[in-house]
Amino acid sequence: MAEVNQTVDSGEIAKFEAMAAEWWDPNGKFKPLHMLNPTRLDYITRQIAAEFGRDLKAQKPFEGLRILDIGCGGGLLSEPMARLGATVVGADAAPRNIPVAQIHAEQSGLTIDYRHTTAEALAAAGEQFDVVLNMEVVEHVADPLAYLTACQQLLKPGGLMICSTINRNPKSFLMAIIGAEYVMRWLPKGTHEWQKFITPDELYELIRQAGLDPVDRKGFVFNKLLWRWSISDWDLSVNYVTASVKRG
Amino acid sequence: MMSQATLQPARAMDNPACRAIVGDMRHDADILIVGGGLNGPCLALACAQAGLSSIVIDALPAQAQMGADFDGRSYALALASVRMLGALGLWEGLRDHAQPIHQIKASDGRAGEGAAPFFLHFDSAELEEGPMGHMMEDRHLRRAVQEAMAQNPLITHRPGATVVAQSSEGAARVTLDTGEIVTGAILIGADGRKSGTAARAGIKRTGWDYGQTALVCAIAHEKPHEGIAHQFFMPPGPLAILPLPGNRSSIVWSETHADARRLMAGSDAEFLDHLRPRFGDFLGEISLAGRRYSYPLNLTIANAFIADRLALVGDAAHGVHPIAGQGLNLGLRDVGALAEVLADATRRGEDIAAPDVLARYQSWRRFDTAALALATDGVNRLFSNDNPALRLIRDIGMGAVSAVPALRRAFMREAAGLTGDVPRLLQGRAL
Repeated sequence: MAEVNQTVDSGEIAKFEAMAAEWWDPNGKFKPLHMLNPTRLDYITRQIAAEFGRDLKAQKPFEGLRILDIGCGGGLLSEPMARLGATVVGADAAPRNIPVAQIHAEQSGLTIDYRHTTAEALAAAGEQFDVVLNMEVVEHVADPLAYLTACQQLLKPGGLMICSTINRNPKSFLMAIIGAEYVMRWLPKGTHEWQKFITPDELYELIRQAGLDPVDRKGFVFNKLLWRWSISDWDLSVNYVTASVKRG
Repeated sequence: MMSQATLQPARAMDNPACRAIVGDMRHDADILIVGGGLNGPCLALACAQAGLSSIVIDALPAQAQMGADFDGRSYALALASVRMLGALGLWEGLRDHAQPIHQIKASDGRAGEGAAPFFLHFDSAELEEGPMGHMMEDRHLRRAVQEAMAQNPLITHRPGATVVAQSSEGAARVTLDTGEIVTGAILIGADGRKSGTAARAGIKRTGWDYGQTALVCAIAHEKPHEGIAHQFFMPPGPLAILPLPGNRSSIVWSETHADARRLMAGSDAEFLDHLRPRFGDFLGEISLAGRRYSYPLNLTIANAFIADRLALVGDAAHGVHPIAGQGLNLGLRDVGALAEVLADATRRGEDIAAPDVLARYQSWRRFDTAALALATDGVNRLFSNDNPALRLIRDIGMGAVSAVPALRRAFMREAAGLTGDVPRLLQGRAL
C-alpha cells in the first residue's frame, strides 16, 4: 500500500484521517481495545524479550526483529512494536483499515509496512517473521487449524507466536457477548459468535497440530473495582493469551 | 513535524538505513519541564533512568541557585521521599546533612500558656522502617539536584529562561522569552501554585484561603532537640518546631493574616519576643538563624492534572496547607507516579503523549491529592479553633490515637508516605 497517498483523493484522505482519529481515541469506539492494550502489550513485550534475550529497559530493544501483526486494525499493536525498534508488517483483511493505519503511523513518525492481505496469502508468498502477533483473530476465522498452520509457516525457526482469544463457557458467554456487546455496548452486536470461542486446551491442541510448541498461557482479567485489565496466572475463564514457539 | 523520510514508500522500512529516522529525532527532547525547583529536576532525573531525555526550563538565573548560605528554608522529608532520593542517587550525598526525626510530639496550647502536656506522641522506635522523616535544608537539596542534572547527559538545564507561549498541536512546543522555540513529546508544568503552564493550557483552579499566613524561619537554641519534632495546636494556627542538624530548629508558625503582617513588619527582636511565649522554654534561649519568610496559606487544586500533551506535578497540580510538611512530599509522589507511568509506557512501546497514558497518571494521583487536601484542611479547621466543644472532641480523639499503638503506627505510616499505591521510586526501588 505504498502508493496510498498518490492514488486516493484528498476527500478520501480526510475521511481516513477521521477514521484514524477514531481508532486512536481512547474514549471512542475502540475504548475496550484501548483499555486492554497496555495489558496485552505487557504480555507481548515480556514474551518477546524473554524469547529473544532482549532488555526492555534498553533503547529500541526489538531492533533487528521482524514482526507480523495479523488483524492490525488501526495499528494499536503495530505502532508500539515499531517504536520498540522492530521491523513491522501490519496485515488486515479489511481494506479500509490499511490507509487509516498508514496515516496514523506517519503522524506518529513511524514507518510500518501495512498491507491488505491475509496470513494464508503471506505464507503462500514465503514471507518469514521472528514474531507473529495473532491477537483476537482466531475466534473470527472459518478454519482455525488452517489459519494457525499458515501462522506456523510464517515463523522462522525459533520464532514466537502470541495468540489470544476468548474461552468458551457460560461465563465467557455472559461477559464477552451479553456484557460487552449488549450491556456495556463496548462492541457492536454480532461481533462474536459464542460457538467459535475456543477453550485453552483446545487451542493448545490446535497449536500443536499446526506444528508449534505452546509454552505459556495466561488470563487477561478485568478488575471492575480498579476498572482496568491485568494478567492472571490462573483465571483463563474469559480472555486469555498463549505463547508458542517454532522449534528450529 | 512530519519528516520527509516518513513519507517514503512504506516498504522502504525493511531497509535498515531508514530505521534511524524513526522515533526520538522529531523533538528537541522527549519531555519539556517548566520549573527548576525540586519537583521538575527530580522528574528529569527519574525519567532519565527510563532513557527519556528532558529539557528543564528554569526562570531562575544560574547564579541565583547555588547560594551556599543557609537561608532558613528547609523540608520535612517523609520516609518515602528519602527512599525516592535514594533511588535517584541523591541521598548518599545528602545523608550527612539530614536530621532524622525520631519522635513527633503534638499538643494543644494557647498563646501565653505555653503548651499543654503532650497528649499525642509518635516514636520512630515503634516503626520498623526507622525514622519517619528527615529534616533537610533547602540549599543542600537544591545543590544536590542541580549537580545531578548537570552530570546527566539526558538532561538539558536552561536557567534564566521564561516561557511566553505554548501549544500542543502535533508536539509540545514552548516559546521562550528569547524567541527560541523548543519541542518535546510532552510538556510538564512543575512551576508552582501560580503555574503559568496550567493557565496557558486553560486549566482552572479551585481553592480557598485559610485566613492564615505561615511564618517560616530557622532558630538556634541553647539545648539539644534530641531529634524531636513538636506541633503545638494554637487557636490562631499551628506552631511546628522541626529539628535541624545541631542546636537549630525550623519553625512554621501560623497566624492570622493581620497578625502575621505585623510580626513580619517588626524587627527580629520583636518577632522573637512574640515567639517565646508560644514556644516555651524547653529548648532554652532562642535566636534567629537565617531570614524570616511568610506564606499566605491557601489551598489550590488544579481542576485537571493533565491536558493535551501536558501534565502538572507538585504545587502546580495542588498547593496544600503545609501543616504536616506534605507539600514537597506530595510533589515527589507525583514525580514518582508520573515517571513510573512514562517508563512503563516507554517499555511497552506506547506513545508517552497518548491521552490514555497521561490519564493513568491523573487517575493515580488525583484521588490521593484530594483526600490529603481535605484531611489536612479538616485537621487545620479542627485545631485552629478555641471552641470548647471542638477542644473536647480533639482531646478525646487524640487520646484514643495515643492509647492504641496500632492506630498510632497507622498515623505514622501515613505521615511517612508508606500507605496507598506507592510508586516504585518511593519504595526505594529502581524505575
